[in-house]
Amino acid sequence: MTAEPETARAPVAAPARGRRPRPHSPRRAGWTPWLYLAPALAVLGALLVYPIYQLGLISFLEYTQAQVSGGEPTSFQGLANYTALFSDSQFWSVLFATVVFAAACVVTTLAVGCALAVLLTRVRALPRLALMLAALGAWATPAITGSTVWMFLFDPDFGPVNRVLGLGDHSWTYGRYSAFLLVLLEVVWCSFPFVMVTVYAGIRAIPGEVLEAAALDGASQWRIWRAVMVPMLRPILTVVTIQSVIWDFKVFTQIYVMTNGGGIAGQNLVLNVYAYQKAFASSQYSLGSAIGVVMLLILLAATLVYLRLLRRQGEEL
Amino acid sequence: MKLSARTALPLAALALAGLSACAPQTSDNSAKSDDKSGTLRVWLFQEVSNGPKQQVVDKAVAAFKQSHKGADVQVEYIPVETRAQKIKAAFNDPGSAPDLIEYGNTDTAGYVKDGGLADVSAEFAAWNEAKDTDPTARQSVTVGGKVYGAPLFVGVRALYYRTDVLKDLGVAVPKTQDELIATAKKIHRSRPDLYGLAVGGAYTYGALPFLWANGGELATENGGKYTSALDGAAARKGITAYTSLFGDDNCPAAKCAQMGGNATVTAFANGKAAMAIGGDFNYAAVDTGTVKGKYAVVPLPGLAPGSVAPAFAGGNNVGVLKSSSHRTLAVALMEQLAGKTTQRELFDAMGFLPTYTDVRAEVAKKQPFVEPFVRTLAAGAKFVPASPGWGQIDSSLVLPTMFQEIVSGKKDVAKASTDAAKKMNDVFGAAG
Repeated sequence: MTAEPETARAPVAAPARGRRPRPHSPRRAGWTPWLYLAPALAVLGALLVYPIYQLGLISFLEYTQAQVSGGEPTSFQGLANYTALFSDSQFWSVLFATVVFAAACVVTTLAVGCALAVLLTRVRALPRLALMLAALGAWATPAITGSTVWMFLFDPDFGPVNRVLGLGDHSWTYGRYSAFLLVLLEVVWCSFPFVMVTVYAGIRAIPGEVLEAAALDGASQWRIWRAVMVPMLRPILTVVTIQSVIWDFKVFTQIYVMTNGGGIAGQNLVLNVYAYQKAFASSQYSLGSAIGVVMLLILLAATLVYLRLLRRQGEEL
Repeated sequence: MKLSARTALPLAALALAGLSACAPQTSDNSAKSDDKSGTLRVWLFQEVSNGPKQQVVDKAVAAFKQSHKGADVQVEYIPVETRAQKIKAAFNDPGSAPDLIEYGNTDTAGYVKDGGLADVSAEFAAWNEAKDTDPTARQSVTVGGKVYGAPLFVGVRALYYRTDVLKDLGVAVPKTQDELIATAKKIHRSRPDLYGLAVGGAYTYGALPFLWANGGELATENGGKYTSALDGAAARKGITAYTSLFGDDNCPAAKCAQMGGNATVTAFANGKAAMAIGGDFNYAAVDTGTVKGKYAVVPLPGLAPGSVAPAFAGGNNVGVLKSSSHRTLAVALMEQLAGKTTQRELFDAMGFLPTYTDVRAEVAKKQPFVEPFVRTLAAGAKFVPASPGWGQIDSSLVLPTMFQEIVSGKKDVAKASTDAAKKMNDVFGAAG
């Protein structure tokens, strides 16, 4: 609802800057940086601030199809949309499911991405190329295509997975958890390459002597990862974690396509799909906006808290 | 603390935007003029095989242009899947909106509340042919006593069954609802590869006849205010009957809970089900399937032997948009398109059932396959509540959610129907 994946992907360039010592000169800055930032801010203002402003405004109005097409006057409702939302038990269960699901996706994506990044540094050129190509293929696949292919793979009647596992006509999307698991696998499949490539690039930038010294000291691979690589990769890991949190919290396509708009009796709804169902399927634009605002605030808060935590850790180190 | 500096600017921008920006857009759908010549724009639904429909429409348009010199007509066929967005967009932007649209009859009340459709009560009352319009079809264009369009065709559902399977197993065609359920389970027991009766958790219009046959209602009206009746004892009996068909003894919940109407008909057409609830509009799909020549259709049985379960009277209407600047011409074209001649030809071309009782009786004689559907309509079909809230109840999947909650064992009938009734009442309360 808020930022498109394209804009969210922009900070990829950040880690390189982060690892160099910061040019710390707080008093000298003045207005010069703002001047340089002005063009970007103007674009951001038009593309981000104004829509967010409208989103916030609509969330305080009664704004349904009847108001849009002039059948009824638009009226100011104060916090009525938010009260309606917060008193809806479905909202809380969807919010809870979204948080748990996003957390599971982030952890799994990071684990898979980092493990494969380390693997990439330890295999020869040909397998590395094959793994890279496979990952890039997954990365390049549009979410709709990926989801549709996964649905075919896990189809109860014609899917090869059931045939290979000998599961008969077991339906993966019937149970709540098995449907979430299926979507989680697809989300991880299409988002681990970003983590893998970024972390791999980071590992390649670590001086070989450091790793060699650790190996000579008898450190295991796990120990090298924990005690040497992770601290050195911290800025990169920060970025990929925040990116993953944002992406996985906002997951839409996979749920929408694979569970047919939210699963049986809405059991697989996540916030973004829930907002879509409210705003567009039932034309309650104001309620959908309220959900969008809540999502925005949650993501902002999560990102800020995470950054603060990291900064505090960094000071102690 | 850098945070304050970083947030200061966006906040300032927000405040500035607040000063200069205006409220979200609202469009003005009132008509500015009533031109007696010029181009009329028409949106009709794009059917699966649209050629025959187009020919009938072209003929009607040619006749219209004959009698209305100086008027031109531009017909556009819009895809059914995206019709909701298209029509909403037309309401939002009257400048590029058409003058006349075809729309699903369950959307009538919602479109009226949106301020999109013009009130044509006077013209409809004065229209000679309209007196033969059957009462249910008339109800589907009426909101609050005013008429907002003309019915184009009706669609009803009946019971499709496999003649060969029933004969092989030596079972008779079910005559009551209890027999129907028992027969379905009996077939599935002997032929586990077939669903006895294909049902779907998301197949609202296949489920409603069970509810209505047991005397239940979706909602009751009192002085223009609707109240959900889903949690009534009769409605619950119907819900129980329908949901009893989900399970390993007929249609396994793991597969059938997610199915909609099309999926059940496809299952029947592909020979995966011994019975299904399908519409007259599904006839072509079934007749080109693997079951061709091995099936028959009867009205869906009600409670008493020989009775018919009330079917949902679906179908489409044509209506004039409130924003049209050619109101008189548009109403005349509406009467041409939904008139008896065009409906008769539409039936011949597409199999769409006419909304006039006399024309319908006449075509039933020509085409034996429509006989069970006409009989179903004659036995009394029913319509969804004519509340503007119904569109929202429909699109927010209140009923499919209820059926799915029951068949997947998340809630029992009492709890699920109480919850669904509460959701319906919330919408009725807001929409009236």
